[in-house]
Amino acid sequence: MQECSLYESWGRFPKVYHLGEYVPRNFDEADIFIQMVDVSVLPRGKGRSYGDSCLNQNGYLISTRLLDKFIDFNPVSGVVKCDAGVTLDEILKVFVPKGWFPSVTPGTKYVTIGGAIANDVHGKNHHIAGTFCKHVRCFELLRSDGERYLCSRDTNSQLFHATIGGLGLTGIILWAEITLRPIMNSLIEAESIQFNGIDEFFQISLESSGYEYTVSWLDCQYGGKYPVRGIFMRGNHPLSVDGASCGIVHAYQAWKSVPCDAPSCFLSRHTVKLFNTAYYHKQIFRHQKRIVHYDTFFYPLDGITNWNRMYGKNGFLQWQCAVPVTADNMAIKTIIHKIIESKLGSFLAVMKEFGSQPQEGMLSFPMPGITLALDFPNAGQKLFSLLEYLDSVVIKAGGRIYPAKDSRMSEETFQASYPDFNSFKAFIDPKFSSSFYRRVHRLR
Amino acid sequence: MTASNKILIIGATSAIAYETAKIFAKHGSSLYLCARDEHELKRLADDLLIRGAKEVCFSHFDALSSDSIISSIDTCLEKYPDLDGLLIAHGTLPDQHLCEQDIDEMERAVRINFTSSAAILTYIAPYFEQLGHGCITVISSVAGDRGRQSNYVYGSAKGAMSIFLSGLRQRLHKAGVSVVTIKPGFVDTPMTANIAKNFLFAKPDVIASGIYKAFYKSSNTVYLPWFWRWIMLIIRNIPEVVFLRIRL
Ligand SMILES: Cc1cc2nc3c(=O)[nH]c(=O)nc-3n(C[C@H](O)[C@H](O)[C@H](O)COP(=O)(O)OP(=O)(O)OC[C@H]3O[C@@H](n4cnc5c(N)ncnc54)[C@H](O)[C@@H]3O)c2cc1C
Ligand SMILES: NC(=O)c1ccc[n+]([C@@H]2O[C@H](COP(=O)([O-])OP(=O)(O)OC[C@H]3O[C@@H](n4cnc5c(N)ncnc54)[C@H](OP(=O)(O)O)[C@@H]3O)[C@@H](O)[C@H]2O)c1
Repeated sequence: MQECSLYESWGRFPKVYHLGEYVPRNFDEADIFIQMVDVSVLPRGKGRSYGDSCLNQNGYLISTRLLDKFIDFNPVSGVVKCDAGVTLDEILKVFVPKGWFPSVTPGTKYVTIGGAIANDVHGKNHHIAGTFCKHVRCFELLRSDGERYLCSRDTNSQLFHATIGGLGLTGIILWAEITLRPIMNSLIEAESIQFNGIDEFFQISLESSGYEYTVSWLDCQYGGKYPVRGIFMRGNHPLSVDGASCGIVHAYQAWKSVPCDAPSCFLSRHTVKLFNTAYYHKQIFRHQKRIVHYDTFFYPLDGITNWNRMYGKNGFLQWQCAVPVTADNMAIKTIIHKIIESKLGSFLAVMKEFGSQPQEGMLSFPMPGITLALDFPNAGQKLFSLLEYLDSVVIKAGGRIYPAKDSRMSEETFQASYPDFNSFKAFIDPKFSSSFYRRVHRLR
Repeated sequence: MTASNKILIIGATSAIAYETAKIFAKHGSSLYLCARDEHELKRLADDLLIRGAKEVCFSHFDALSSDSIISSIDTCLEKYPDLDGLLIAHGTLPDQHLCEQDIDEMERAVRINFTSSAAILTYIAPYFEQLGHGCITVISSVAGDRGRQSNYVYGSAKGAMSIFLSGLRQRLHKAGVSVVTIKPGFVDTPMTANIAKNFLFAKPDVIASGIYKAFYKSSNTVYLPWFWRWIMLIIRNIPEVVFLRIRL
């Protein structure tokens, strides 16, 4: 084990000391380690969470990177049983050629199954398919009492629902069974439509119910006639495309990489504005259709290895909220207005309307309504004050903030976001903890 | 040499071996896996089948037992009388300090990292010679290129391995069998779990794709990643008087 080391998450803020990271080679080693140590532990997948929910200051991380084996696959039902450290990238590599695709995928394929369950992640098809865990049949959870709990909707069901979105606090998931969906080829029929203003966004969103995947990119830098403009993207798995099969390999291996920290001025307000304007106008016609590889459609950012270094060594924060849809959608409009006004340079802003599926986990983030996710270079106090204000708008509107993206929300915001937190606490494993958990649940 | 072959992998539970096995599996090879941990072998077999291997068999193997070396090769050749590929990957990074104080510990390190592999090769070479084709690939190390105070026991075993392989290569060349020496630099695997990582560390899947390419092309000696060839060229050429004064 590597002792006393500094770890960070995808946002590179905060960076905190850990006693070390333990990398078990099998389930028994994980068990022995958890029994042996007398400080807290936290499972760690690929560290693709932005904030401190995958950090455990002064404790240990248990990395699942060597728990990366497939256990079983049923080619009729598409159910795959695999270790919790298997990534979606591996699943795509192995199963796309066989005609299967993840039922739900987040905007990066470099996440583990364990991480995807612990944040109950969502994708562009939330309005149709629900969250990742809707397609999880069961998993095995190892806890510090040395027991392995088989959890499903029928067996240990409360522990099942606590572990879904449970932020790694209920124990370590060893393996899981997930259902894939069949595809005919590795392509996506994609459409993109420019929109001006939030009302137009909702209009297109309404008209897009026939599309399996929908998401919008938002230009929060624009100072024109409409308060906001963007591009609405939607797509489907085409049934047949001339000559295309599932064998078409990846559009790219990460084709570029950011080798070291960029100077912090690299992403200044002006460069971001330039980028956004160019991106918006890349699309010459208001409405465009094309057939693209799934990598291009789902994982545009994965094409650049370590793109998170673009924000320089101070790192960046992501902020993602969900608020219910209302007649005037005042909350989301206020939020976007405040962000534009702040000029704090949000590079990537993404918006999507969630579906109304029932919540899978006690702490699952998605709720019926609209979600907005943005990056902010770490500008210190003025950014923190802005986000504090945005949180208050969200909570007042009955919405919530996503822990997977958070490194700063207050205890009050968290507990208001997740009313089931009190019932959840009963399932926390006494030996498991995280920096995030200690921040949003201070012991009084 | 094409990949859809029958390949014996010794030390199959090693992180580098597993990543290489994944590539062989993807190309539809039949695999015979040998290692100490049979429970893990079963897990690997299930995994590699899902990843596309035509067939996966396995048996127990302990580098410290000559009987085990002979019996695992025998059972493998029984199963695959037309075996045409071998990858030897087992190894251990001993505690250099302990090796300086304890003869048994030192001998154990040499046995695992050199003598056991030499025994495997001695036992299986006539088979390949008779077969008249095929590829033998062994993971040695850049550490074998020059002895350094920090790990010269491991280094000398790997150095001996490289020399053994160069002789075997000459011998089997006539028979049409290729012998590939793989020299990885630092790799982020359980073997180096206690060592603080720096930018020189490569991921095992990167090393594995280099091994696969070398296997396929029947290369002779391959440094992985490639830049280690140049680093080692410099290190080998530092005059001994200077070498004596630096800490490596
Ligand atoms: C570019 C990018 C795009 C993204 N897009 C989306 C998106 O569209 N939708 C979305 O929902 N999220 C998105 N995310 C966030 C990401 O999907 C989640 O943070 C995900 O949980 C990360 O998985 P991981 O394997 O890296 O886990 P980590 O970040 O390492 O860990 C996440 C949590 O899971 C826990 N955990 C990990 N493994 C286990 C285990 N075996 N057992 C128990 N607990 C475990 C950890 O303790 C931690 O609490 C995105 C992230 C990036 C970088
Ligand atoms: N990692 C590096 O930096 C590096 C650099 C250069 C060369 N190499 C070489 O690469 C090869 C693979 O190592 P790795 O990095 O992949 O490390 P690893 O994952 O730790 O693998 C080492 C393997 O050797 C096996 N082994 C150890 N002692 C054994 C014995 N007595 N009998 C049978 N098997 C035994 C281990 O089996 P168990 O699982 O049963 O313990 C394990 O599978 C080794 O030859 C190593 O010397 C590694």
